[in-house]
Parts: sequence; structure tokens; C-alpha cells
Amino acid sequence: MSKIFGGLNAVTDLNLDIYPGERKGIIGPNGAGKTTLFNLITGVFPITTGSVKLFGQEVSKWPTYRRVRLGMARTFQITNLFPKLTVLDNVLLAAQGVSAMKFSMLRFQTSYRDLFDKCHLLLEKAGFTDRKDVEIHHLSHGEQRQIEIVLALATDPKLLLLDEPAAGLSTGESHEMADFLNTLDSELAILMIEHDMDVAFSVVNNIAVLHYGKIVEEGTTDEVRASEKVKEIYLGVG
Amino acid sequence: MALKDRKKILTVMIVMALVGLFTPFANDFIRLLITQTLVLGILALSVDLLLGFTGLASLGQAAYLGMGAYLTAILVDRFQFGLGCDLSLILLMGIAIGAAGAAFFGLFAIRATGVYFLIITLALGMVVWGLANRWNSLTGGDNGINVMMRPNCGVDFSNDINFFLLVYIFFCLSLTAMYVLVNSPFGRTLVGIRESETRMRMLGYNTWLHKYLAFVIAGGFGGLAGVFWTHLNGIVSPEDVLLPISVDALLMVVLGGAGTLVGGPIGAAVVVFIREYLSTLVEWWQYILGGVYVLTILFLPDGLMGLMALVKTWRTDRSEKEGAEASSGQVR
Repeated sequence: MSKIFGGLNAVTDLNLDIYPGERKGIIGPNGAGKTTLFNLITGVFPITTGSVKLFGQEVSKWPTYRRVRLGMARTFQITNLFPKLTVLDNVLLAAQGVSAMKFSMLRFQTSYRDLFDKCHLLLEKAGFTDRKDVEIHHLSHGEQRQIEIVLALATDPKLLLLDEPAAGLSTGESHEMADFLNTLDSELAILMIEHDMDVAFSVVNNIAVLHYGKIVEEGTTDEVRASEKVKEIYLGVG
Repeated sequence: MALKDRKKILTVMIVMALVGLFTPFANDFIRLLITQTLVLGILALSVDLLLGFTGLASLGQAAYLGMGAYLTAILVDRFQFGLGCDLSLILLMGIAIGAAGAAFFGLFAIRATGVYFLIITLALGMVVWGLANRWNSLTGGDNGINVMMRPNCGVDFSNDINFFLLVYIFFCLSLTAMYVLVNSPFGRTLVGIRESETRMRMLGYNTWLHKYLAFVIAGGFGGLAGVFWTHLNGIVSPEDVLLPISVDALLMVVLGGAGTLVGGPIGAAVVVFIREYLSTLVEWWQYILGGVYVLTILFLPDGLMGLMALVKTWRTDRSEKEGAEASSGQVR
């Protein structure tokens, strides 16, 4: 698939497959088109040519929310939560997004016990039970990054797109993040953009290297680590 | 439900009970003002649903009030319909026409956000005004339509006390319905959209549809307010659908506190009393109203309801400080 913004080929003839349970990383220098790639997969931007298939379904023309209901979730590079709502309210919104009860107008949200149970469970797994009533903007950056992922998980995804989950985290926090990601269901496919190589290499098995909108190298973590081309891109050798 | 919410609900219920008990014994003028406040309060509730909960500032809410108002007046004037127990039908039809109007206009308006939404709702409001002003054969043009009689269905609503009670009951129903709505799963999605629409889309929400439904519901409440508006004033004219009513409704919500539901009606009370009561006392009442708006927006971004929260935190701060001083005194 390709994406052309005006005269700029942001993503060119890119072909990427991801299978159930696969953990794939995308790396590449700034402006390589990583986030654009996510926006194309999720349908934020329409694709110019080619096609996007989700779980065998042609979804190129689908709006974002329909793709999400198929079982795709995404986090944002720049934290994108509901800052004035509590942690629990954030997760509740995420959890009801993929169910039909989101249109219910005549009952209090608090009367949906199943929904609350599900959210409490998610928060417990992520270690947020004691902070569930804290408003998001009072949380630390690291905690917000974690809630980003909890929200994505609340939609019961089969494919999880993580846009730099460790962005802005300290080394310690990054390790926590990586450990947290490694506890996730092994059936879940993860496609992750990450600059922090420690996090990337500890979570993913395969890596695709993106440069000027093209995949220049793809392989296992070890192969990519050894690749001359990658060194050239990152270090500018030769 | 949290204890804090229960306290708030109890406070609102007590205030509403007092209004219901006190008003029938108040003098005619005050009773009229309270009735007017309640009618505009319903309109303010509809604006708050959009502004406070969905994050959409509408400058055309008078259009839906106008639709309900004109429907009521035209049916009475032409067909003598809605003067008996068929008033209940009129109320339903008023809600329906407001909602239908919003359903049509929403197709254009909901595409926009922010200032663009403001402008487009303003433009659509002016369309309704244009129709009211120019469609002489239906709306009576500039003169409007006089409605000399209020309905009588066993209870005679030409009696101001009875009419007040009717409006009062429907205001309470509207407030309750709105409260349930904003706390329902659907209502929570509106708040989510207000906070971050991109995130909501990424969570599987068709945000357009949610905003559209909110717009239609707000239109329905506007239409309901319109039915009472006609019978309150005994006349409906193009002025009633003109910009000032829309602006008033928006400012009432901002004044009272957006996203609080009760803020709108409180703002309505302040505006109505300054405009109708103070204007009998001083000629420069408009400066007072303007001053109140400016001061609120400058110093109370959360409106008068924000003032209460402010006083509360100030008091707890002070009592904590005193407590701390007292305990440190004991140590000494």
C-alpha cells in the first residue's frame, strides 16, 4: 500500500503482514513514516493505493470505528486519554466502545455490573486498583502511558498497535513497561513502534525497519541487529 | 452512587420542592418570572447537553424553541387544536418537531466542531428566523401569531398558578430525564467525545452518530420549551427565534456552569431576574447583566456552580489550617 500527501510519498509500496500471536516491531529514524503507517492501518487517513486487510476482511474503505470493532486497538505516541475523567471512567469508556450498550440512554452506567467487573479486573491486572478514582491528569507520565495500553486492551483486541509505548519513560519505567507487555495474552498480535531498543528487543520477535516510507530490512531481532543497512541508516556510515 | 452525588441530588430536590411550594403564593409578577425561568431552564438544559457534555457550542438553539412555539401557535390559531386535553399531544408534537428539525439541521451542523459549529448553528437558526419572518401565510410574518387562550383540560391553565405547576412538572421531568441521560452509557460517551474525539474513534465509537443523537435530543427539549413559550407569552413572533434567545441560552449555561445541568436553570434565573425585575428599578440594567457575564467569564470559568465548589475548597482549606494550628498548639 502507499500513501501520498500532496507530492510527498510518505509511505511507498509497503507490504506488511502480521499473524496471530506475532510480536513485530517497527523501527526507523524520525520521519520514516511509522506513525503514518499506523494511521493508514487504523483508517485515520485513507490509503492512496493498495489495500488494508484485517483478519481476512478487506477494510480499506472502512472508518476507524468499524475496524476497531473487528478487534484492532491502538495507542498513541502522544498520550491521548480523557484527562478530566478518572482512571475507571477512562477504562469504562473503552470497554463499552465495542458493545452495543453504549447507546443505552435510560439506565445509569453504574447499573451495568458486567462492565464494571471487567474494568476492575483490567485495572487490577495493571496494578491500578487503588488509583482507579484518580483523575488522569493527576497521574504521572509513566502511569498515563500504561493507562494508554489498558484502554486499548479494554476493547478486547486481537491486534494491538502500540505507537512508542515507552515514549518519554525513564529506563526503569521502560523496563516495567516491557515486563507488562510481556505478560499479555500470547494469542494477541502486537505491532509496535519503538525507539527504545531495550524495550523493542525484549518484547518483539521480528522487526521491520522503515526508512523514507519503505521497508528496507525485515527479519528477526538478531538479523536486524546484525544488518549493515540498518547501521547505515541510523549511523549514516558509508 | 457516590455519597457526594446523593448530597447534590438531595440539595437539588429540596430547592425544587421549595420552588414548587413557594411560587403559588408569590405575587403574580414573581410567579411569571419563575415560570419564564423554568421554560428557559428547559432550553438551557438542552444547550448544556451540547455545550457542557458534548463540547459543542450551539448558537442556534432558539430555532428548536421556535419550531415548537410556532407549531403550538399555528395549531391553536388555525385548528383550535391543543386547547383541551389535546395539549398532551401538542407537547409530544412539540418535542417531535424540535427533534425532527434538529435531525435535519444536524446533518449539516455535526460535520463541524468548535467555532465552525457555532457559526453553522447560527446560520441554521437564521434560516428558521427567515422562514418565520417571511412565510406570511403560515407564520403571520413580522406580526407573529397571537394565542389568546391557554389550554383547559379540566384544569384551567389560563390560571397562572396552574400554568406554573404544569411548567414546573415538565421542568422537573426534563431535569430528571437529562440527569439519567448524562449518567447513562450514552451520556458518558458524550463526555468522552468532549475530552478526546480521536481517542473515542480509536475505541470503536462512531462519534458522528453520538453527537448527532445528542443534537437531536437537545432539539427535542428545545421544542418542548417552545410549546410552553407560546402559552407563556400568548404570542409568538420572529423575535422569539432570533439570535438573542440563542445567545441568552448559551450565556445562561456559561453563567451557571456548563456540564452541571442545574447550572443552566440557575443562569436562567439570574438572567431573567436581572432583565425583567431589575429593569423595572434601574434603566442601566443592561450594564449589570453585561458586567455579570464579563465577571463570570473572567473569574469563574466554571460558572456560578464553580463558585460553590470554590467556596467549599476554601472553607475546607481554612478548617484544615485551623485544625493544624490547633493541634500544633496542643503539642506546645
